Amino acid sequence: MKNSSKRVIEVKALARVEGEGALHVTLKDDEIVALRFQIFEPPRFFEAFLQGRSYNEVPDITARICGICPVAYQMSSVHALEQAFGLKLGENYAQLRRLLYCGEWIESHALHILMLHAPDFFGLSSVLELNQRFPQVVEQGLRLKKAGNALVTVVGGREVHPINVRVGGFYRAPERKELRELIPSLKEARNIAREVLDWVADFPFPELEIDYEFVSLKDPREYPMNRGRLVSNKGIDICADEFTTVFEERQVEHSNALHCLRRDTGGSYQVGPLARFNLCFEQLPASLQKIAAERGFTPPCNNPFKSIIARALETLYACQEALRIIDSYQRPDRPHLEPDIKVGSGSWFTEAPRGILFHSYDVDENGLIKRAEIVPPTSQNQARMEDDLRRLIPTLLHLPTEEMRAQCEQAIRNYDPCISCATHFLRLDIERL
Amino acid sequence: MKKKLAVWKFSSCDGCQLSLLDCEDELLTLADQLEIAYFLEASSRIQPGPYDLSLVEGSVSTPHERRAIQEIRSQSKFLVTIGACATSGGIQALRNFADVRDFLSVVYARPDYIETLDKVSPISQHVKVDFELRGCPINKRQLLEVANAFLNKRRPNIPNHSLCMECKRRGLVCVTVAHGTPCLGPVTQAGCGALCPAYNRGCYGCFGPMETPNTAALAQRLKDHGMSSQEISRVFRTFNAEAPAFKEESLRHEE
Repeated sequence: MKNSSKRVIEVKALARVEGEGALHVTLKDDEIVALRFQIFEPPRFFEAFLQGRSYNEVPDITARICGICPVAYQMSSVHALEQAFGLKLGENYAQLRRLLYCGEWIESHALHILMLHAPDFFGLSSVLELNQRFPQVVEQGLRLKKAGNALVTVVGGREVHPINVRVGGFYRAPERKELRELIPSLKEARNIAREVLDWVADFPFPELEIDYEFVSLKDPREYPMNRGRLVSNKGIDICADEFTTVFEERQVEHSNALHCLRRDTGGSYQVGPLARFNLCFEQLPASLQKIAAERGFTPPCNNPFKSIIARALETLYACQEALRIIDSYQRPDRPHLEPDIKVGSGSWFTEAPRGILFHSYDVDENGLIKRAEIVPPTSQNQARMEDDLRRLIPTLLHLPTEEMRAQCEQAIRNYDPCISCATHFLRLDIERL
Repeated sequence: MKKKLAVWKFSSCDGCQLSLLDCEDELLTLADQLEIAYFLEASSRIQPGPYDLSLVEGSVSTPHERRAIQEIRSQSKFLVTIGACATSGGIQALRNFADVRDFLSVVYARPDYIETLDKVSPISQHVKVDFELRGCPINKRQLLEVANAFLNKRRPNIPNHSLCMECKRRGLVCVTVAHGTPCLGPVTQAGCGALCPAYNRGCYGCFGPMETPNTAALAQRLKDHGMSSQEISRVFRTFNAEAPAFKEESLRHEE
């Protein structure tokens, strides 16, 4: 028997992610023999207790899956239910929903860039330490985040678990004046987002190139949020009804979150800002494409650590898009249209800040839910995160244990994992046998 | 010496602890006043206990959480639960009205891999709680008031009257009286700022029951508005379903 080297790396709890879980890596003679995420965020059984609830309760209930991206849950659920009832809404409702989503993208992306991810690039523990080094960036970043929250608050009622979204539209459509009052803060946010983009584009990025399958919505009219077909760079092009024929969720023993994989190959894939950037770059306004190109950031980008640049670019886009929508806003005559309640099924996906969020429902003749299925973005990225670490760890073997662990954590944060929805993680063990 | 703050998560959506990070204007000031000693979502720097102020988000739904809350209590001088999950079980407490084994098989192909408790419970069923902050989610102004009161050694000024008071103060037209919209305002604790009536919808009870609510009278009113028993049961059974007043009323109308 040859001599074997052993090294153990352990992180009791991975911080700066939205949730709780663990990562375990076993290395034997520098070969990975086991690598697994343990997501131990407790299961909360939304798909089970939605059964028997009325369709009009669904956006309020599913919002509670995630306090960071409640708008995404509301958007996917109302579109899926409108699909079930055969209800079509006009473009002014679509624009107002898009405006609400812009607010969530801004606040969620700003939170992740500034508070959760940027500290990694400087070896810092938190936004508070970041503030000691870059006080101006932090102060401005907080204003950027605040502008996103203010937008969600005006359109949705409050920033966490908005109350204004319903099947068929809104409870109350905001007046033009209310939206116009947001313009100064959004203009300021747009300028800040541009500076944040410049800041993150110059970060020192570890070198790692991976031949990803990127998956996102794509719509010829616009950068994707609430509509489009689901496409990938490896041949997928489907509508929401086909989602479960192409993807499947598998349960693994070590995690409370289901893994979502391609049904045919069993392969993992990536959703989120980097996927949208790679697949939908040409749907960005020409001015933004130019700004990105000036910073050398054009597709294809296969370095997962650069997702922070994609996130910053999307933040800038969301500020600009919000201003565009407010400028051309036409208040709908009626805040919502009444659905024609009938037996039906509906599926939909939208682009949550972290990637596609799939909802599917069967409804009975009284509008009560008979079946609910929800596939959150982090559940889809979970297998991909494991695969990224399989690629990354062999390049880190020369590093001291602490640095190796730090880069593994950073690689996980590339995905902005929101573990309260897919569930929570992280404890990181790296064991060298 | 700055007082040490810890923020803990149990079964929840993260939204209440996020409310702390959503205090964009006050966060840095707050961090000057309080040492953020344990707040996993915000910082990877972890300091050992004991902690002067612990904010606890989420409800107890696993054997691990049942053990963890005891340890956290023993490390905390002042413990405040934040949000509907921590104070009354939250949305996941809906399993308390069903058989969790049925729920498991709906969601998981291999229920045997999952460790979970039959019943979900609020923190106060396990340990002594020094103050409960309501809401799904909590209101960040109220959260700052709790922090402020703690730093100044006074009791937080958090009203426990009904939402109707808040509605009147805002000068909003009553949605029930004016257009017959069912509203839980008369039995729900204030705190959100009467958001739903301001958006032309009825309150759906995010902040849980007010002090001594007359839920039976409200249920009768809902019935007069044409709601079925099933529907009445459901409106009391959402984010604060395990709060005694709402729980009892929902059971009374269950068919």
